[in-house]
Amino acid sequence: MPETQTKQVVEVGYGGNERLMMNMGPQHPSSHGVFRMILTLAGETVVGVDAVIGYLHRCHEKLGETLTYVQYPSIASKTDYVAAMTSELAYVCAVEKIGKFEVPRRAQYLRVVAAELQRIASHCLWLGTWCLDMGGALGGGATVFLYCIREREMVLDRFEELTGARLLYGFHQIGGTRYDAPPGWDKKVRETVDFIEARIDEYEAMLEDNTFFRVRTQGVGVISRELAQEVGVSGPLIRGSGVSYDVRRAEPYSSYQDFDFVVPVETAGDCYARYRVRMVEFRQSIRIVRQALDGLPEGPISSRPGVKSVGQVRVPKGEGYTRVEGARGEVGCYIVSDGGPKPYRMKWRGASFSNLAVLPHIVPGHKVADVVAIMGSVDPVFGEVDR
Amino acid sequence: MTLPPAAWHAIEAFIVLNALLVLVAYVTLLERKFAARMQSRIGPYYVGRPHGWLQPIADALKLMMKEDIVPTASDRWVYNLAPIVFLLPCLLIFATIPFAPDLGVADLNIGVLFFLAVSSLEIVGLFMGGWGSNNKYALLSAMRAVNQIISYDLPFIFAALVPVLLAGSMQMSAIVAAQQGLWFVAYPVVGQLAFLAFLVATLAAENRVPFDILEAESELVAGFRVEYSGMKFALIQLGEYAHMLGTSFLGALLFLGGWLGPGPAALGPVWFLTKAILIFLVVTWVRWSFVRIRVDQILAISWKLLLPATLALLLATGLVVAMRGPGGA
Repeated sequence: MPETQTKQVVEVGYGGNERLMMNMGPQHPSSHGVFRMILTLAGETVVGVDAVIGYLHRCHEKLGETLTYVQYPSIASKTDYVAAMTSELAYVCAVEKIGKFEVPRRAQYLRVVAAELQRIASHCLWLGTWCLDMGGALGGGATVFLYCIREREMVLDRFEELTGARLLYGFHQIGGTRYDAPPGWDKKVRETVDFIEARIDEYEAMLEDNTFFRVRTQGVGVISRELAQEVGVSGPLIRGSGVSYDVRRAEPYSSYQDFDFVVPVETAGDCYARYRVRMVEFRQSIRIVRQALDGLPEGPISSRPGVKSVGQVRVPKGEGYTRVEGARGEVGCYIVSDGGPKPYRMKWRGASFSNLAVLPHIVPGHKVADVVAIMGSVDPVFGEVDR
Repeated sequence: MTLPPAAWHAIEAFIVLNALLVLVAYVTLLERKFAARMQSRIGPYYVGRPHGWLQPIADALKLMMKEDIVPTASDRWVYNLAPIVFLLPCLLIFATIPFAPDLGVADLNIGVLFFLAVSSLEIVGLFMGGWGSNNKYALLSAMRAVNQIISYDLPFIFAALVPVLLAGSMQMSAIVAAQQGLWFVAYPVVGQLAFLAFLVATLAAENRVPFDILEAESELVAGFRVEYSGMKFALIQLGEYAHMLGTSFLGALLFLGGWLGPGPAALGPVWFLTKAILIFLVVTWVRWSFVRIRVDQILAISWKLLLPATLALLLATGLVVAMRGPGGA
């Protein structure tokens, strides 16, 4: 064998140029659903990431064309099943916009209460699972997770009292809400948010004062302001990157203009900034819930009471797009109506889908352990990504 | 009837080993209950009411009955041997631990050295498991393990050498005897610092959160043991807990005065066990309240902080001993 050839073999084999392809997912403890990342590793460092989605595709948009306006809202909650209230809200808002349906003020306020409680529940789950990603199912992460689940449970109990369901509600309907708040419900909600508010201080004490938590999150997964705007991320991600953008403020829907709240903005753009934004959002959501309960008007909860038949809602010809601020960012729904009982075409804009697109930009250069931390801080729900 | 001394040793070892296995099983139950309380849960309850006291037995039976899977692509010899190679040093460390004066398998005059040397051997089995599984998660985990254990063995040894210096002996019983007046954890400054360094290094040597990067369920699924099932998995788990318990015993012996305590001498083993369990609970407490740190940060902590600090501590202890002369306080 010629000498040069031997030398070449040695260089390829042991020169430090080896790359390891590692699958993270589709079944992986921290894939937050069904998601596959094909990582290219140089030792522990990620040099390339290829995201594969679609494992949870359920033809939601096609379903939207085959189900009537009465039927679909309860299916809409299955897109983002962790924040089901806001996905339903996006759909009914779009239909109401095309059909110019009135929504009574009581219904609007109830929608706000439901949406903000949902944000609290969803952020609870996010905080828990994110810490689980960083701290391990057999470690401190599991402790935070169980604390958060305990608080989320209280919110789910309130939803159960309101709608009878705990995860997928079917609370909204065209022209209002399907259920009214039961007697004494507002008092229970107030107690719940008081309780959660006190607990948030505990989480902050447990996490922010912990050096290990800070070194794992600060400076990790930085999304610059430019990148955030270019990729089109929304929600806590864009607010963590220094852009003050919140649909509730930019384009108020469902009487959000009546409430006083702060849109938190952090400029660092790292995992810690996104964490801070969500922690402030917890408190702001609690504030909005209290205001909405204080000012809850009397009156009907729907402008179309007693809709029983599935084909009873007809929407004039036209098209409309509405967006609402979900727990993960801007949830949009686009509907084209041909005047029948079903939409002619329907399209979702999932917040998680757009947020997830930022991963290949920020993950390379980090260690494997950071991949899960970044992934958790993006907070994707794959029902919404794959639809 | 007289038995040759070797036979006596064999009987002793048999008793210690079996007592140890039961203890390890119940230590897992203790940890689960403790963690459950921290997380406002109850923990194991139904298997053996009250409070699930049969749970470890049920777990062991379940693991024994599970199917033993050997991946087709694995390196069969290495893969099958790894759990045993991992478990052996973890059990062997108990050989030199006396549970009371003259109650132990072998009170070697180099007891501490033996303990430290043997406990470092677990890395061999660990790497064999990671390599033999032919799994990328396992391989990455084995790589991390070698990194971490090599970097933390040095501070661990240096911290453990402080009491050795203070006592002037490597024999476990002599170290305890030297603490008759003052436990080494109460020894001004050097004692406390050494104990602290020992605890941190213990966490890393035992691969517990925040240093559990080689298990790292959320990144590497289960690390080097990802392909193991049934009894092989149980052996690895057993080895891990035995190692943890052994290190707790060592800590109790080196810093907390071993079997010394109020009451009659017969209470010695009870005191010893209590102290070891206390150390174990501290480790558990840390485990269930921190998030894990990254591999580069772990190495930085060891090489930039812990190693120089423990080296300086050892030097300082040397100075103290030189000025005062060895043998207790």
